[in-house]
Amino acid sequence: MSYLPQILFLACLAAAGFFIYRRVNLIKRTILIGKDTGPMGQKGERLKTMLLVAFGQGKMFSKPLVGLMHFIIYAGFLIINIEVLEIILDGILGEHRLFAPLLGSTLYSALINFFEFLAVGVLVVCVVFLARRNVLNLSRFKRWEMKKWPTLDANLILVFEIILMAAFLTMNATDSILQTRDVPHYPPVGAFVFSQFLIPLFDGMGTEALVALERGAWWFHILGILAFAIYVTYSKHLHIALAFPNTYFSNLKPKGHMENMPTITNEVKIALGLMNPNDAPPADTNMTFGAKDINDLTWKQLMDAYSCTECGRCTAQCPASQTGKHLSPRAIMMETRDRLEDVGKELQKGKSVEEALNNGKTLFGDFITKEEIMACTTCNACVEACPVNISPLSIILDVRRFITMEQADTPSSWNAMFGNLENNMAPWKFSPSDRFNWADKLKD
Amino acid sequence: MSENTYKVPTMAELQAKGEQPEVLFWVGCAGAFDDRYKQVTVAFVKILNKVGVNFAVLGTEENCTGDPARRAGNEFLFQMQAMSNIQTLDMYGIKKIVTACPHCFNTLKNEYPELGGNYEVIHHSTFLQQLIDEGRLKVEGGAFKGKKVTFHDSCYLGRANGVYEAPREVIKALDADLVEMKRCRTKGLCCGAGGAQMFKEPEEGKKDINIERIEEALETEAKVVAVGCPFCMVMMTDGIKNKEKEGEVMVYDLSELILKSM
Ligand code: SF4
Ligand code: SF4
Repeated sequence: MSYLPQILFLACLAAAGFFIYRRVNLIKRTILIGKDTGPMGQKGERLKTMLLVAFGQGKMFSKPLVGLMHFIIYAGFLIINIEVLEIILDGILGEHRLFAPLLGSTLYSALINFFEFLAVGVLVVCVVFLARRNVLNLSRFKRWEMKKWPTLDANLILVFEIILMAAFLTMNATDSILQTRDVPHYPPVGAFVFSQFLIPLFDGMGTEALVALERGAWWFHILGILAFAIYVTYSKHLHIALAFPNTYFSNLKPKGHMENMPTITNEVKIALGLMNPNDAPPADTNMTFGAKDINDLTWKQLMDAYSCTECGRCTAQCPASQTGKHLSPRAIMMETRDRLEDVGKELQKGKSVEEALNNGKTLFGDFITKEEIMACTTCNACVEACPVNISPLSIILDVRRFITMEQADTPSSWNAMFGNLENNMAPWKFSPSDRFNWADKLKD
Repeated sequence: MSENTYKVPTMAELQAKGEQPEVLFWVGCAGAFDDRYKQVTVAFVKILNKVGVNFAVLGTEENCTGDPARRAGNEFLFQMQAMSNIQTLDMYGIKKIVTACPHCFNTLKNEYPELGGNYEVIHHSTFLQQLIDEGRLKVEGGAFKGKKVTFHDSCYLGRANGVYEAPREVIKALDADLVEMKRCRTKGLCCGAGGAQMFKEPEEGKKDINIERIEEALETEAKVVAVGCPFCMVMMTDGIKNKEKEGEVMVYDLSELILKSM
C-alpha cells in the first residue's frame, strides 16, 4: 500500500517522458526535412551570442520594464527546476523534502524562501502579462495572424503558470502547519517567507484534511509541471528550449548579406566563358530555385519557425505591417510552423518524408501568400527586433526567389526593370553610353 | 576654383598613364542617371577635388551592382551583373571603393566576395568622416550652423551594416543641431524603397511607407532631412511634396551638406 503513490508517480513520470520524447522526436524529424546549411564555424562567437541573447536575454531589455518582468519569469523557471528535482526524487523515493537533512535546515529554508520569492515574482508578472494581453489594447497582440489558437495559447500558458505557483505556495503553507502538529513525514524546517501568509487560511483545518490538501497540492504541482512540459512542445512556448540552439546558430554575417546560390554561379561562369562547362559539377536537374516548400528551406530556417515566441516585436517594427500591408513577419514564421505541423501529422501516420510533403499542400500557396512576399522592403527591422535572432526575411527572400525564377510571376514593372538590367546594365531605360554624362559639366 | 577645373579621371585614363588611384568612386546607377542624385555625385566629386583625394571612376565601364535583381529574386541576373563588374574591377586591380549608395555598398562589400571579388568598400559617410577626422576636410561653422537637421537611417547602411555614427558625426561637424526622429538607428523606419520596391508599386495598404516616415521627420521640426541613399532621397523628397513642404524643408545628401559648408 505504502508503495502505491511511488508507483503511481513513476508511472506518471514515465508517461510524461514518453509523450515528450515522441513529440521532440517528431519536431526533430520535421526540422531535419530542411536542407543542410553547410559548415557554420565560429564556435566562440556563437557561444557568445547565445550567452548574450538567450541566456542573458540581451535583446529583451530594449523594452526595459517588460524585459525585467520577462526576466523574472525566466529566472524563476530556471531556478525553480532545482525544486522540481527535489519533488521528483521525493516522489520516486517516497520521501518528503529529501534535501532538508542534506543541506541543514537553515540553508534549506533559505533555499525554499528564495524559491518562494521567485514563485511570487512569477505569479505577479503572469497576472500583469495577462492583463497586458487582454485589457490593454496593444496592437501587436491583436493583429490578424493572432487568431483563436495563438491568443488562447498565450493566455493558457500564463494561467498555467499562475496555478502552478499557487499550488506550490499552498503546498508549503500546509506543510508548515503540519510541521507544528508533529505529523510524521513532515520534518520541521520552519515556515517560509511568503507562504506563511497563507497559513491563517488553512490553520483551522483538521490534520487529516490538511495532509490531504498538502498531498493534493503536491500532486497537482508536479503533475501540472509534467503536463506543462508536454504542452510546451505543442505551443509557442517551445522557445524556452529552442532559444538556446537558435541563437547559437544565428546568422553572424552582416544583416544585409543575402545567401549566395552557388549552382547559379557555375552557370553564370559558363555563360560568361569564365568556366569550362566540363569542369562544372553536374547540375541537379531536380533542384528548385528558391523555396516553394519547407524542404527548400534550411533546417535553421525551420528551427526558427519552432523557436518563434509569437511576440510580434518583428511585426511592430515592420514598415509594411505598420502601413497596413498584408505582411507580418510574425505570420511568416507562424505559417512556416503550421506547414511543419501539417507535414508532421503525415509523418506520424507512418508516411515517408516524401509522401508527407506530397499531401497536396505547399508552404508557398497554401500557407504563405504572394501578397505577403511582395510587400517586403528587405529592411531587416524584423531581424533586428527578434529577441531570439530569427530571420523572417530569409524565408521571404527564398520564397521570392521561387516566385521570380520558377514561376516568373513578378509584377510587370519588375520585368521591365529586369529587361533594362539585361540590356542597359541599369534598372532604368538609359543607354549605357550615357552613363558618364553626369560629369560633362565638370570636365574641362 | 572655377567649375571647369574639377577633374573626374576614369580608370582607363589612369591605367594608360600607369597610375593607380587611392580610391575608386563607385557612382551607381542612380548617381549616374537620376537627375536629383547626379547632383549628389557632382557634389561628392567636388569635395574629392577640393580635398585633393586621388580618385577615379569607371565611367561607362560601370554596371549596376545587381542589387535590385537579387532582392527581386532574380539571382541569374544579379550574378551576371556582379561577375562582369568583378572582371572590370579586377582588371584594374581595384583595392578600395567608396560609394554614395548603401545598396551598392552592401552588395560590393558583402556579396561580391563569394563571387570572387574582394575589395575594401566604404560608404561615403564613413569616407567623409575619415577626411574630417584626419583634418583633410574642414567645415566648422558652415551654412548649417545651429540649424536643425535630422538624419534618416538607410536600412542598408544602418541595420544591414551597422553604420549609424559616421553620418551623424558628419552632421555634427557642420555645427548643426542634430535632432533624432522617434524611430532612429536600429529602430529606424525604412523609406519604403528597399528590396526592389523602388521599381514597383507598393502592395495595397492603409498608407505609403514614405508618408509615414516623412511625418516623423516633420515632427522633429528640422528644416533639413539628411539622407545617404539615392532611394531614400527619392522617397523623402516625394514625401515632402505630398505634405506640400517643398522649399520649407529640404532633403540633402551628406555630401551636399558638406559642400555647402566648405
Ligand atoms: S524585412 Fe520585410 S518583413 Fe522584415 S520588417 Fe522589413 S519589410 Fe517587414
Ligand atoms: S520572429 Fe521573433 S520577433 Fe517575430 S514574433 Fe517570432 S519571436 Fe517574436
